[in-house]
Amino acid sequence: MRVVHYLNQFFGGVGGEEQAGLPPEIRPGTVGPGRLLEQALGDGSHVVTTIICGDNYAAENVQEVTAMVTQQVKEAQAELLVAGPCFQAGRYGTAAGAVCAAVQDNLGIPAITAMSGENPGVDLYRESIYIVDSGDDVSRMRGVLAETARLGNKLVGQGVIGRPADEGYFSQGKLRSEFVENTAARRLTGMLLSKMRGEAFEAEVPIKSIDAVPAPPPVPDMSRATVAIVTDGGLVPKGNPDRIPRAFAQVWGAYPIEDIESLRAGEYEVAHGGYDNRPVEQDPHRLVPVDVLRQMERDGLVGKLHPEFLSTTGNSNPLENSRRMGREMAARLIEAGVDSVILTST
Amino acid sequence: MEKAGIPVAQVTAMTAVAKAVGSNRIVRGQGIVNLLGDSDLPPEEEREIRKRIVRKALEALATDPARSDP
Repeated sequence: MRVVHYLNQFFGGVGGEEQAGLPPEIRPGTVGPGRLLEQALGDGSHVVTTIICGDNYAAENVQEVTAMVTQQVKEAQAELLVAGPCFQAGRYGTAAGAVCAAVQDNLGIPAITAMSGENPGVDLYRESIYIVDSGDDVSRMRGVLAETARLGNKLVGQGVIGRPADEGYFSQGKLRSEFVENTAARRLTGMLLSKMRGEAFEAEVPIKSIDAVPAPPPVPDMSRATVAIVTDGGLVPKGNPDRIPRAFAQVWGAYPIEDIESLRAGEYEVAHGGYDNRPVEQDPHRLVPVDVLRQMERDGLVGKLHPEFLSTTGNSNPLENSRRMGREMAARLIEAGVDSVILTST
Repeated sequence: MEKAGIPVAQVTAMTAVAKAVGSNRIVRGQGIVNLLGDSDLPPEEEREIRKRIVRKALEALATDPARSDP
């Protein structure tokens, strides 16, 4: 079997965040985890082409990259595209999902990737492609590749794919008719009893984890409104007084900007391990636009810029954490009479 | 924050992710590492980019998303 493998710059061995702008590169044969992938796929399977692309380049040029990968898969006469595993890496997961979906839709060739449940690529692509649940522990690479290869082989061989929980992939939200022993009433009673006993049970209709929040009404008059800047890009004063970690942040900070005309480079740093921090550290306005909002305040376009900006790090953060921090931030902003928020997200 | 009733304009280069998590007012930023600027441009031009994006965010805050095309 001929296989094409998609990797980001990190797993492709090109470099870290400083190489995230790398346009796609084509290498013959395996690179990095590709060797293990080839072994896991078994005799007669070869990774004929590896495509390595920087995370930022892929996120900013999705169409170009998906078209390019599709073309490569076609030219390589591949029977399977494997992307990742991506674990918690959000941009990587999003790109892997996009290239898999494009190859599957445009060429009819099966594609598979792997990532953790918190990766934004899961919610974007779980319904259209097979995504193996990798968990977030990169040291499980070998095991994850084995699971990916097993399911990938099944996809190519058009074998029967079992349930998500049995095969280790994220549910695609599909319903399949099957015969069962008990009526709905009995099954439901059984689940209820399990729940009461504190035992594990599996609901037949899964509840979506992201709840839709209706849009709050628009601000009637921005020229009289107070606007606050909130960021998940991790800008903090030099020295990081609240010790916001570079990933999995459980805390956020509020930093004064009252009477500050512009943020000076050197007085701030970035506590975020998910992107190249240098441009923002050179000029913090690239993330927290105090300079232009101050001007707009003077010009009467906004009533008032809230005298502090709120900041945390949105990197590999479990939703529960983010929700709690959002609630805490909202409480502080409401108490201060803020009418609206500009949230800058990296 | 929206649950608490505060309208939020989210500026991001990854608009697909913002959409997937149900953000209601999404404004496309310039890029991932240069969300509101461009380190390759002279400061004045860069500031213009930032102004344009922030102005869009303010417009979004004053608009009902149900009535506008993102």
